[in-house]
Amino acid sequence: MEPSIRASELRKTYPPDVTAVDGVSLSVAPGTIFGVLGPNGAGKSTTVRMLCTLTRPDSGRAWITGIDVLEDPASVRRAIGVVGQKHGFDPEATGRENLVLQGEFYGIAGHELKQRAAGSLERFGLADAADRPAKTYSGGMQRRLDVAMGLLHDPQVLFLDEPTTGLDPEARVDMWHEIERLAADERMTVLITTHYMDEADRLASRLAIIDRGQIVVEGTPEQLKSELEGDAIQIELEGVENGSARGALDRVPGLSDIELDGRTLRARALDGGAAIPAVLSALESHGTRATSVTLARPSLDDVYLRHAGRVFRTVDAQAAEASA
Amino acid sequence: MTAARQSWQVYIRGLRVLRRQPAYLGMTLVQPIIWLLLFGALFKAVTRIPGFHGSYIDFLTPGVVIMLAVFSAGWTGMGFVEDINGGVMDRMLTTPVWRGALNTGTVAYGSFMVAVQTVVIVILALVLGADFKGGVGGVVLMIVIAAMLGAVFASLSNAVAVLARQRETVIGAVTFVQLPLTFLSAALMQGSLLPSWIRSVAKFNPVDWAVVAARSAAMQKINWGVVASRIGLLAALLLVAAALTARAFAGYQRSL
Repeated sequence: MEPSIRASELRKTYPPDVTAVDGVSLSVAPGTIFGVLGPNGAGKSTTVRMLCTLTRPDSGRAWITGIDVLEDPASVRRAIGVVGQKHGFDPEATGRENLVLQGEFYGIAGHELKQRAAGSLERFGLADAADRPAKTYSGGMQRRLDVAMGLLHDPQVLFLDEPTTGLDPEARVDMWHEIERLAADERMTVLITTHYMDEADRLASRLAIIDRGQIVVEGTPEQLKSELEGDAIQIELEGVENGSARGALDRVPGLSDIELDGRTLRARALDGGAAIPAVLSALESHGTRATSVTLARPSLDDVYLRHAGRVFRTVDAQAAEASA
Repeated sequence: MTAARQSWQVYIRGLRVLRRQPAYLGMTLVQPIIWLLLFGALFKAVTRIPGFHGSYIDFLTPGVVIMLAVFSAGWTGMGFVEDINGGVMDRMLTTPVWRGALNTGTVAYGSFMVAVQTVVIVILALVLGADFKGGVGGVVLMIVIAAMLGAVFASLSNAVAVLARQRETVIGAVTFVQLPLTFLSAALMQGSLLPSWIRSVAKFNPVDWAVVAARSAAMQKINWGVVASRIGLLAALLLVAAALTARAFAGYQRSL
């Protein structure tokens, strides 16, 4: 079966010399949810923007339901719905007016458009607020309006660029239910970008981790997690280490992937519980005290750490600092 | 057909803001009144300059009409800046909407505002005793001329907006051109009393074309030669402005 989304070696560099996307290839099967996971600035949004005809790639090609994005952008636009990272609605207009304007842009009009807008408002729980300006909506309602606008013309493929960023936990879960329903009941293909591990884990049937403009690993969440054998051990040390504590752990049997990051030491072990006493005694004989020890089953955080070689939260914090 | 529908929808979107924000609507309507009264008081003395002829309010009305067209239509691009920074522009560009509708609709809205303000000025001028010798036809022509000049500035304002994408730059560009273009024309001073170099420059100034045409249409027995030639120039300029905006917009899309 033809993939709903296919990209081949997409590249985009912004002047003066920022490589946002550096050779991304991917393929998404119809009716599935594909997650693109990565820290801020990894190239997620630029990839989505190239796939949904907003940004022209410097090189590479892409097809949506078999239609070439560069050769026939107009047909691609009819086939896709896009919910961007920023709000896409007019804050001064009501929910209904926003939906009607959106429909007109797709050439839907008259009675058909009225019905669709009303149905959409009903479905996304906005019927009571339909005739209030969108700027008066709560964060969750605004995001639902964004999604409602993206779906108004019944697209085959839906792009969601960080759809739950900034939502409260309850609104996030609501959004997840809606996304799952779209793929399950309406056989829609969904590409979702996120920097939340739990979101990708829960929603995506396949996912790609992207870092510095490149896909570093791709697979089902289960595949990615099972590639990591054993448990993750995280130890907080009493003082900042110069790296010699790492050397002490090298001699502990069954321990792998040892990483030292400031005061935090991370390692993997087939049986984490059994390894901890040996780890602690090795540290002690080296003269380093541990202040806390955490043991965790493999998570997507670990997958990310393994493949991108950096800790997700640190990268995000750096990106947030850089943009602040 | 679709193009016209979509432009109309974009135009309607502009009108909605007007309806929802009574303060904005109020200012839009009061501004022409203040201008006519203020400039009327300020420049009253020009009637005493030797060589000035005619009634003062008759002279000033078309000048204020055209000046206001430049000043209010020049801000049209601010809407694009908001749309770009708010994410609305991205969303619109992922739809198959005819790209020209975004410019056409907002320019139509800018022109409409100019027309409304012109009507307010005409009513006030009548109250103040202006004599529109061109009759209803002349006044209608003046509204058309003001709306055309407004369309030119609205379109150029959109072009600056998509190139700059920042409020500050649009404000800078608009204020940079507004006053010089107004004073390099016969808007507030009779053409024959202007310094000769300004008179030479004014020949190439669209604001002057519009002022001369508006006076020749509304305030005297319509001088068809003057009016038609200036309307022709404004129409040609409008096409050039639309083409420039289309290019700026294409450049904006390439830069995304």
